[in-house]
Amino acid sequence: MAYVPLADQDQEMEMHHPHTWVEKYVFSQDHKVIGVQYGGLAVFTGIIGLALSLLFRLQLGFPESVDFVDPNFYYQAVTMHGMIMVVYFLTALFLGGFGNYMIPLMLGARDMVFPFLNMMSVWTFLISVVILMASFFVSGGPTGAGWTLYPPQTTMAGTPGHDAGIILMLVSLAVFVVAFTMGGLNYVVTILQYRCRGMTLMRMPLTVWGVFVATVLGLFAFPALLVACIMMMFDTLLGTSFFMPAVIEAGSPLDYEGGSPILFQHLFWFFGHPEVYIVALPAFGLVSDVLSVHARKNIFGYRMMVWAIIAIGGLSFIVWAHHMYVSGMNPYFGFFFATTTLIIAVPTALKVYNWIFTLWEGDIRLNSPMYFAIGFIFTFIHGGLTGLFLGNVVIDLPLSDTYFVVAHFHLVMGVSPILVLFAAIYHWFPKISGRMFNEKLAKVHFWLTFLGAYSVFLPLHYLGFLGVPRRYYALGNTDFIPLSAQDLNSTVTVAALIVAASQILFFVNIIGSLKWGKKADPNPWGAASLEWQTPDTPPVHGNWGDRLPTVYRWAYDYSVPGAAEDYIPQTVPENEVLAASNDNFETNKNPSPAAI
Amino acid sequence: MSLIEQVTDKPWEQKGVIGGLSPEGTFKTQAERVALIFFLIIASVVFSLFMVSYYIRMELPDWEPLSEPAQLWFNTGLLVTSSILFQWARNIVVRNGKSNLYTSFFGAGIFAILFIAAQLVSWSYLQAGGFYLSSNPANAFYYLLTGLHALHLVGGLWFWSKSAIRLVSGGEPKDIRLSIELCTIYWHFLLLVWIVVFAVLSNT
Repeated sequence: MAYVPLADQDQEMEMHHPHTWVEKYVFSQDHKVIGVQYGGLAVFTGIIGLALSLLFRLQLGFPESVDFVDPNFYYQAVTMHGMIMVVYFLTALFLGGFGNYMIPLMLGARDMVFPFLNMMSVWTFLISVVILMASFFVSGGPTGAGWTLYPPQTTMAGTPGHDAGIILMLVSLAVFVVAFTMGGLNYVVTILQYRCRGMTLMRMPLTVWGVFVATVLGLFAFPALLVACIMMMFDTLLGTSFFMPAVIEAGSPLDYEGGSPILFQHLFWFFGHPEVYIVALPAFGLVSDVLSVHARKNIFGYRMMVWAIIAIGGLSFIVWAHHMYVSGMNPYFGFFFATTTLIIAVPTALKVYNWIFTLWEGDIRLNSPMYFAIGFIFTFIHGGLTGLFLGNVVIDLPLSDTYFVVAHFHLVMGVSPILVLFAAIYHWFPKISGRMFNEKLAKVHFWLTFLGAYSVFLPLHYLGFLGVPRRYYALGNTDFIPLSAQDLNSTVTVAALIVAASQILFFVNIIGSLKWGKKADPNPWGAASLEWQTPDTPPVHGNWGDRLPTVYRWAYDYSVPGAAEDYIPQTVPENEVLAASNDNFETNKNPSPAAI
Repeated sequence: MSLIEQVTDKPWEQKGVIGGLSPEGTFKTQAERVALIFFLIIASVVFSLFMVSYYIRMELPDWEPLSEPAQLWFNTGLLVTSSILFQWARNIVVRNGKSNLYTSFFGAGIFAILFIAAQLVSWSYLQAGGFYLSSNPANAFYYLLTGLHALHLVGGLWFWSKSAIRLVSGGEPKDIRLSIELCTIYWHFLLLVWIVVFAVLSNT
């Protein structure tokens, strides 16, 4: 069968136009609707994850006066908070939400390659969320094994949710992997095969590069989670001993023998570490685009940025055991994994420098998306620097089980990606909804979130240095922890409550603007990339009207000398730019008397 | 342009659609084929991770090697036949032929179903011999790997049955040409996976 490039295909042939309300908004095959569905569902689970964190933070801050959090519930809340935030919130929102919405628009395609598969992906994701949430209502409640689900304690009687809870968690994760694989195949093939005429790989916005590499990472890393889940399910339900060693529970030996818990840790972290970058790389991409647009400058070192994304993606597969230093390993392995871990700092630092150089001498517009993007640079540098410490075996060993690690990973992969999410949501909200949001409210939201997040996580570094152990339900009275540590803990809880409450501003702003916001300009920030050049705002089904766009330049032509405006959209050919600049030149040659 | 050339482009220097900036996809082939190749890579990762786990688990002292039933050689023959028939069907549609298409295409699916049935028979032999799933990790891996492989085959049969229905209900061979080509690639891949799994199982 002859291969026909997308740009030469009969466009109407492939389109499946919706006819009913249900086809349009519920079982929709439109990537934009699917993106919003994915995003909405992810935000919903994220709110539950946030609420859980407040509950266990209350217990940590005020252990005497909080009765409704017992030790079992504390562990369940911590576990579900971790799993929800990493997998069901961040991964789903970045790739399912932004990936779906942005890829076809930024590449000049009408939709994903396989729209039906895309729809299946979001509904499968819904099933996995329902299974996850069901575990709150079964006897024994959700699993409390920690989000890493380490055996053998996961399935032993002392762990909350060791019966139904853990099974539902494993099933939900397996279903999530299936949903992700369906979506991921779509993203990868769309990016590789369905770009419009003129859109070479190196003309793609960095958002697409970030989503692309993150998706490839996901496609290779999630199988490890699937394999681990299947084998653990066999151990739990069918009595095999893949991971379960011979153990004694409440005085009597269990029916297991010889399994290797370390094997589970290897499988889990072979997924778990790339997962960090599955969240971070799309964030890197989105923030690069936001910074470039609002600084009115091309992104500094575009090629380096692309290669750094690829390099980080590749390296992320050979660093996983740095999560397992405390599990014990051959010292040479430790040396190897410490080295690879520290090497990741090179491409990452390169990206940070490039973001800062993008700002350098830019014509910076301090719009609210820019606030969040610059805020991200701060939190990411702080979180990344502590990573350099923890990557070393000798420093990690004493710090690993303290709040220092909690502070590190929350800054680097909690707060930073979420600041990018806010930047991205505010930045693209006018395109997605066709309305403007309230700029003042967004800035108040930024300051409360940014300063609040710092007052939550900076003190945790200090608690970590003091040796305050993480994962403990209550600290009690010990000699090595001063009493003042508890005061700090209470302060952190208060700050966390304030940050959480300030998110109400965000929802008020977004939901209120959908109804009362003033109509948005098609391209309010003056952005050059393709998604801002759609004929309709918000883009309609099929995105591009009668003809697919043709791309003549990269996505970062800002402040080009001689051009009429300070940005040149990707769809503008060179001769039109010249004509426009000649007009400009003519007017300048005959200045009005007033100007003289 | 090669992939390396594509990602070393200097996008700020080149304007316009000319100069080798093609409208084509990165790979000059159908999107479905690219998707299948990615899926095969993912499936290989899944099987490789199980293999790695197998070798790590094998080192532990409670491992008792399982002697695989000799019937597996016969089963392998069934799968090889299925793969050959798929290749035959593919060659027929690529030539735009029609004769023997039914024989080869349906035969391929039927032999795949026979293979799955034969695998289940091998399971029941093991059960009868007292080699239960939970009695030893070697047994557990046997059931897990053969089961997972059979499950992949069932997935392939779902696509096969869709094309088969189209063929029976009067579809032209050229309409299902891509489908047959992709099924053939998938079957060869699963044959390869099976040979590796079989080799590992019987050598340990």
